[in-house]
Amino acid sequence: MSARRISARLAQRLCLILGLLALPVLAQDRPAETIVAGLSQNRVAITADFDGSEILVYGAVRRDSPPPEGRLDVIVTVEGPPSSLLVRRKDRVWGIWVNHAAISVDSAPSFYAVATTGHLKDILTETENLRQGITIDRVVRAVGITAEADGAGDFVEAMLRVRRAAGTYQLLENRVQLTEQTLFRTDVVLPANLTEGIYKVRLFLLRGGAVVAQQERHIAVHKAGLERLIFTMAQEQPLIYGLLCLLMAGVSGWAASAGFRLLQR
Amino acid sequence: MQIYLPIAEVSVDAFLILGIGGIVGFLSGMFGVGGGFLITPLLFFIGVPPAVAVATGANQVVASSVSGVLAQMKRKAVDFRMGGVLLVGGMGGSAIGIAVFAWMTARGQVDLFVQLSYVIFLGLVGAMMLQESVRSLLKSRKPNAPVRRAHVHNWVHGLPLKMKFRASGLYISVIPPILVGALVGFLAAIMGVGGGFIMVPAMIYLLGMPTKVVIGTSLFQIIFVTAFTTIMHAVTSQTVDMMLAFLLIIGGVVGAQIGVRVGLKLKAEQLRILLSLLVVGVALRIAADLLIRPSEIYTVMPGVLP
Repeated sequence: MSARRISARLAQRLCLILGLLALPVLAQDRPAETIVAGLSQNRVAITADFDGSEILVYGAVRRDSPPPEGRLDVIVTVEGPPSSLLVRRKDRVWGIWVNHAAISVDSAPSFYAVATTGHLKDILTETENLRQGITIDRVVRAVGITAEADGAGDFVEAMLRVRRAAGTYQLLENRVQLTEQTLFRTDVVLPANLTEGIYKVRLFLLRGGAVVAQQERHIAVHKAGLERLIFTMAQEQPLIYGLLCLLMAGVSGWAASAGFRLLQR
Repeated sequence: MQIYLPIAEVSVDAFLILGIGGIVGFLSGMFGVGGGFLITPLLFFIGVPPAVAVATGANQVVASSVSGVLAQMKRKAVDFRMGGVLLVGGMGGSAIGIAVFAWMTARGQVDLFVQLSYVIFLGLVGAMMLQESVRSLLKSRKPNAPVRRAHVHNWVHGLPLKMKFRASGLYISVIPPILVGALVGFLAAIMGVGGGFIMVPAMIYLLGMPTKVVIGTSLFQIIFVTAFTTIMHAVTSQTVDMMLAFLLIIGGVVGAQIGVRVGLKLKAEQLRILLSLLVVGVALRIAADLLIRPSEIYTVMPGVLP
C-alpha cells in the first residue's frame, strides 16, 4: 500500500519537474527584482471623531544582481471593498427631468486610488494594464450591461466621473517618490466617508512598461467604540433600536420643555 | 467639529447639524408643523443618503413634536379627542401609503413620485393659505369691515356620528376628521413627513377648528405618525441614524421651545402668511429641480436593478 503511494507521489513530482523544465520562462529560479513593502498602519478604526486617515505606503526594491536595463517605475493601488451599483440617467420627459434609464454595475470598489511614479500612459502598457487590472476602468466589472441600455459605456464613464468628483476614485500621478532606484514611498489619504471592510493595497514594480514584481498588503477598516455599538444594534436588534431612538426623542423633547419652564420662573 | 455618522457612513460638521435641527425645531414650535418637509431636503444637501435622511428626519420630528405639545398643553391648546380621531384615520391612510410607496419603488420611479407630491401638495396648500391669509389681513386693516363668522354651517355638519370636541368648541361628525387624518397619513408615508403642513390648514378650513388649538392638536397627532414611521424604517431598512438623530434633536428641542414663544407673540394672520410663504418656497425649490437641466444627469447609488 504505502510503497504504491510513494511511487505515485514520485511520478507526480517527476511530471512537475519535467513540466517546469518545459517552460523556458521559468528557467531562472528567482526574479531579478522583488518588492519589500510596508504600511504605516494596517488597521483603521472609525470612531466618532474620525475624519479621514493618511496611509503611508513605503518599501524597497530588492535585487541580487546589478539593475537590468529599462525604466523602473512603481505603481501603488488602494482598493476598498466592492459593491454593486445602480447608475441612473435623468432625461427630459414631458418637460421635467426624471430618472429614465438605468444600468447596474456588477462590482465597483467603494474607494480606489492609483499612485504612480510617472504618467500612467508612459509607464504602463495597455496589455499589462489589462492583465493586472490597475486603472479604475479595468477594476470596475460591468459584465453584460450592454443589453440593459443603449450606450452603457456612457453610464460607466459617468459613474467614474461622479466618483472622481466625490474624491472616492483618485488618480495620483507622480505621487510615488522613488529614490536611488531602490526606495519608494507614497501617501494615500482615505476620506472621512469610508466603508467598513478590508482595503487591498497592491504594489507593482515595472520595467519598461511591464510588471516584473508585485506585492499585496491589507488594511482592515472597521467601526469602533460607540459607532460599532450603534451600527451592530441597528443591524441585529432593529426593533429595540427603533424603540430606543423614540425613547431618546421623547425624553429629550420632555427635558427641553421642562428645562425652559424652569428657566422662565 | 467633525463627527462620523455610523449608519449614514459620512462625516459631517456637528454644529451644522445642531443648527439645522435648531432652525427646523423653531419653525416646528412656531407653526405646529413637524418640519419633515424641510429637514429631509436639508440633509440631502449636506450629503446624507436619502434613505437615512428620511428615516432620521422622522425620528427628529418625534422629539420636536413632544417638546411642542408639552408647551401647548400648558396653554390647554391640545384637543386630545380630536387628535385621537385624526390618528385613527391617519394610521389607516399611512398603511395604504406604505403599500403604494413599495409599489412605486418596485417601478423605480419613487424619487419622481415623491418630488411631484411635494410640488403639488406643498404648492397647492401654500398658495391657498397665502391667498386666504393675505385677504384676511387686508380685511382686518379696514376699520368697518364685516365681522367674519367663526365657522360657517355647510354639508359637513349634516353628516351622522356626531361627537363633541370640547377643546375645539365643535360638535361635528367624526367622518371628516377621519378622512382628513387618512389623507394626511397617506401623504406622510409617501413623502416621509409628519404631514403638519397639510393637517394645519385642513383643521382650520375643512373642520373649522379655532386656530389656537390647531397647532397643539396637529403636533399631538404628528408624534404618533412619525413614531410609527421611525419604527417602520428602523425595522425594514435599518436607516435610522441614532447619532444624527441625537444631534438634530438637541438642536430641535431647544429651537421648538423658542419657536412656541415667538409664535405666541405673532398674530394668527401673520403666522399663516409666514408659514404659507415657507411652504410655497420649498415647493418652488423642488419644482426648479425638476424643470432645470441638472448639472450632472447621472446619479450613482448602491444596489442593483430590481
